[in-house]
Amino acid sequence: MRYAMVIDTLKCVGCSDCVVACQTENNVPIGYCRDWVVEAVNGTYPQLELEIRTERCNHCENSPCVRCCPTGASHIVEGGVVLVTHDECIGCGACIESCPYDARYQHPEGYVDKCTFCLHRVKDGLLPACVSVCPTRCMYFGDLEDPNSEVSKLLKKRDYKTLAPEAGTNPHIFYLI
Amino acid sequence: MKEELFVSGRNLPNIDPQLHVWHWPIPVYLFLGGLSAGILFFAALYVIKNKGKDLPDSYKKALFVPPVALVLGLIALLFDLTHLFYSWRLFTTIRLESPMSWGAWTLLTITPLAFLWAASNIKLLFPQWDWKYDWIKAIFKFWNENLKYIVWLVILLSVILGIYTGILLSAFNARPLWNTSILGPLFLSSALSGGAAVLIFFSNNEEEKKIFVKLSMLLIVIEGFLFTHMFMGFLASNQVQLEAAEMFLGGDYTIHFWIFDVIVGLIIPLVLELIWLRKQNFSLKIVALLLLFGGIMMRFTMVHAGQAARYLY
Amino acid sequence: MKTRRDFIKISSLGLGVATLSASKLNLFESLKSEEDHETEKLFRQPTYCEICFWKCAGWTYFNEKKKIIKVIGNDKDQHSNGRFCPRGTGGIGAYYDEDRLTKPLIREGKAGSQTFREASWDEAFTVIADKLKKIAAESGPENVALIKHGSAGDHFKTLFQAYGTGNISAPSYAQCRGPRVESFKLTFGEDPGSPEQTDIRDTKCLVLIGSHLGENMHNGQVQEMAMAIDKGASIITVDPRYSTVASKSKFWLPIKPATDMALLLAWINVLIEEELYDKQYVEDNTIGFEKLRHHVKRMTPEWAYGITTIKPDVIRKTAREMANAAPAVIVHPGRHVAWYGDDVQRSRAVGILNAILGSWGRKGGYFLREGISVPKFPIPKANKPRWNWKTALNGQFPLASQSPTNVIVEQSIKGNVDEKYRIRGWFVAGTNLPLTLPETDKFEKAVQDLDLFVAVDTMPMEVTGYADVVLPECTYLERYDTIRSSPHREPNIAVRVPAVEPLGDTKPASWMAKELAKKMGLGEFFPYEDYSEVLDWQLKKMGSSLDEMKRIGVKTFPRKTPIYFAEGEKYRFKTPSGKIELYSERMKQLGFSPLPEYTKHEEPPQGFYRLNYGRAPMHSFGRTSNNPNLTDLMSENFLWVNPKVASIWGLKSNQKVWLKNQDGIVSDFPIKVRITERIRWDSVYMVHGFGHNNKKLKRAFGNGANDSQMISKVLIDPIMGATGMRVNFVTFLKNDPA
Repeated sequence: MRYAMVIDTLKCVGCSDCVVACQTENNVPIGYCRDWVVEAVNGTYPQLELEIRTERCNHCENSPCVRCCPTGASHIVEGGVVLVTHDECIGCGACIESCPYDARYQHPEGYVDKCTFCLHRVKDGLLPACVSVCPTRCMYFGDLEDPNSEVSKLLKKRDYKTLAPEAGTNPHIFYLI
Repeated sequence: MKEELFVSGRNLPNIDPQLHVWHWPIPVYLFLGGLSAGILFFAALYVIKNKGKDLPDSYKKALFVPPVALVLGLIALLFDLTHLFYSWRLFTTIRLESPMSWGAWTLLTITPLAFLWAASNIKLLFPQWDWKYDWIKAIFKFWNENLKYIVWLVILLSVILGIYTGILLSAFNARPLWNTSILGPLFLSSALSGGAAVLIFFSNNEEEKKIFVKLSMLLIVIEGFLFTHMFMGFLASNQVQLEAAEMFLGGDYTIHFWIFDVIVGLIIPLVLELIWLRKQNFSLKIVALLLLFGGIMMRFTMVHAGQAARYLY
Repeated sequence: MKTRRDFIKISSLGLGVATLSASKLNLFESLKSEEDHETEKLFRQPTYCEICFWKCAGWTYFNEKKKIIKVIGNDKDQHSNGRFCPRGTGGIGAYYDEDRLTKPLIREGKAGSQTFREASWDEAFTVIADKLKKIAAESGPENVALIKHGSAGDHFKTLFQAYGTGNISAPSYAQCRGPRVESFKLTFGEDPGSPEQTDIRDTKCLVLIGSHLGENMHNGQVQEMAMAIDKGASIITVDPRYSTVASKSKFWLPIKPATDMALLLAWINVLIEEELYDKQYVEDNTIGFEKLRHHVKRMTPEWAYGITTIKPDVIRKTAREMANAAPAVIVHPGRHVAWYGDDVQRSRAVGILNAILGSWGRKGGYFLREGISVPKFPIPKANKPRWNWKTALNGQFPLASQSPTNVIVEQSIKGNVDEKYRIRGWFVAGTNLPLTLPETDKFEKAVQDLDLFVAVDTMPMEVTGYADVVLPECTYLERYDTIRSSPHREPNIAVRVPAVEPLGDTKPASWMAKELAKKMGLGEFFPYEDYSEVLDWQLKKMGSSLDEMKRIGVKTFPRKTPIYFAEGEKYRFKTPSGKIELYSERMKQLGFSPLPEYTKHEEPPQGFYRLNYGRAPMHSFGRTSNNPNLTDLMSENFLWVNPKVASIWGLKSNQKVWLKNQDGIVSDFPIKVRITERIRWDSVYMVHGFGHNNKKLKRAFGNGANDSQMISKVLIDPIMGATGMRVNFVTFLKNDPA
């Protein structure tokens, strides 16, 4: 079981529905976010390129955040999802420093928080909140180890990239390009 | 033109627009921890090299610094934790892959040792002091008798304490400025340099001073070498590390680094020490203070600048 | 003696009593609660969203404590396909917004200054009813206007028709899509609909000229566009700005602003000259083709190149792309089409282009929408108004089938029309006129001359600051409303059922209209205690019931007519000739050009840049600029400036500049500059709906700039009165002009 997310940048319009949905689903306080949308523009008018990406914790296989956590609050569970146990987190901020994607943040209640792939929903057979609301249906979620899952099939069919592969973290969010 | 921006209004406190999760308590702790490590190292080294001889007074005076520094540093660290109530969790597990776990456990063991060592020399400050209770007197009797063995532990722990802060930072390869294994030796030599500075400060003996001045000069040269090596490495590396190095070569931290860290913290003390070796006609206390100042400034620079350099965006 | 009407920023109430009281303030706090709501029991009621006009149907989820947790889409809904857009998902923010109006307010003058005081509903209704009766007695009920947008208007429409006025206006007509309503009616006999009957999910080529789909979050259409992209459809975008959809297009035509007409005519030219048009379809279904052919003969791509800066081979390539995909091609009618005053004509060109491509009534082009009519609840017949806005127009804007709100404003100003027809009272529901309308000076003048101004809103929007009486409406999550029956691929209905009780002293419009009617002696027009009775009656007549709809939310009915034309079928269009009118005899009779012509429009003077405005997908213009969830995504608008322009002016990224337009009007607030290659050097771009100046909108006040303030010049479309707004030019003031 290896959960992964595949995001089709060709369809994403940057509406940020994923951000609002995550906020309401996971009680993320206003002013904070577990996921966000980035726009990258390249070129000179009118020779231009635009990429829009929705980003969040990449649930890396080789996670620096899990390695550097002094209490073990940052840990990986079944499915490769990186979670933070709130009661074990001391708020030292080492994991925030170690993440090349700036995916973690200090929750006002003191612990460090981030995307959890909505494991509480996935366990019930639902999709993560962000994937379930996306109007353009550009987000896909599933088990990479299942060759018949949507995510596996998409990665076979289309060109894709990950973010900062040179960081060596082996992220599990793939962007179709 | 390349433009990359947030569409969804992300503005996480302490992370956007620039990462600044670690504030002043961290450089303060790094400095105080390193300082304590340096002092304990030299004290332990003395005991090892001069079997049987009692520590000179300058060492004894210097040994009062580590307990205070470690406690202050610990308070600073705890200040920085956002989930303070759960900080005891640090000691429920040993995580070998986490330099911070190493640090927590090292601190846990070296702090009582520093206290004991300082307390064993209390008669220097309070000649009439009496450890009223017999069991306390027994502890110090044990300490003094086995000091020659205990110092091996102390020397090991002090080296770990001195170097782990550098390893801690260099483990974060997401921060290009810290992603260099030179940080470990750099912080260790800075820690030793701080220890030497304190010993110079408390020393009354000219011979002793000469030894430490020479040692201090050597450490300054080593630090300079390590810095050079670090920059050369960055400038020959990939784009993010180049940009990290450029923060000090024309970027936002140029003045801070060159004036406080290099000129005031390294070059001026070096020059003053050279002059002192020839003429010995001024107080070295100034040099010691400059070295300490340079030490803490270096850590401030590294912690702040390190958070300013990033991988993406 | 009239007291001058000051704009009262509701902040002058001072005591803060207009906001939710402290105990109720916890509702906002509850967004941050620690409750693990994922595991708690949730209940749901069906609703349809009111954050924009798309009205997606969905479910409001709440817990045992009647706290609203989330709103998500209804799978059976054709508007949303089960997924809400960010504004729908963030709609709970409208409910939790602590700046909401909670009590009726009445304006009163005190020692030279004016303020609002809280009042009871009874008192507020009495004031309104008395004034309305006075106006009716003095000149006639016809001299009152209802200006509306959204569901509240449905209830007040009944009231004001009963009262006896014919001035029922919506700014969405002449300030937005009005031109295409008339142009498509002239051409095809019907307007493109809302939602538009564009078959995007099956199209092979989508042509967007003046549409920034993806930034305008027309939920169903954005979803279908993504589906089309998945299926490999090509998109052609014509936009001076590199919009989001432009980046997903096979062809992006960076057109010079104000020249779209030339491009459309050149495309028609290419299709005709290269014989790429659908010959059979044109022969079967259209009239006027030869006149069209003759008309566009000289409008070659080379001619268009000189005007639009789009190269001739690109014009030809894109025309061929369209023809290749035909009939599964859509030249999108756009939505906000009030640009330059010749908008009906330009929209006609869009219609004609579609017609010769044969896309109307074909799969992948325009389907034929079908709706189901909702039975009218029996009420007495209202008296026919003796005159209305059209009377005073005296033949101007002959094809305006609805009342242009700008005309209502004009007819409210003393001296503009015969005093007999002057509009003396306004009832505004659900639209923030100062930010919606251009020519703010006219609005402010009109407001001074009114005898009565009532504003109904959920938030203390700017329009409420001008009113005599402010009535606080509860949000869509707290009320029943009319049955939504928007024609679509399949006839369908959706209901809105309240999930929770109205907050504070807010009330649904259905209750307000009823109570106000009673005060005015028109209670018989609202023969119900609670609006749910009306709904149940209507639903039972349609073979359903309120109980059933509460369980399913959306009900779809089978079609009775075909969705596309059958092969070779000759369809009877609702035009005078019964066919698609490429050449419009009716226009000729009215003295307008029967075929679209290109007219050159004004260009910005030196140092000025054309003001372009648009949408952001996370906002519904000003309606959401105070919503806590949505302002978290975007709290202000930015001015897009080309790097070349920025370097001329020495502008830095995120620098604040004040805007000054060609008439010397300066923006109240500065706007931050975004230096980007995505905008042409002769234009600037900003999202509409920011720059609020009502302090009670704590999150919105002072953030960004208000583009409507800059739109002091309009070009009126002589055919139906739309206000063309893209004719304003701005320059930058780097220092605070105040």
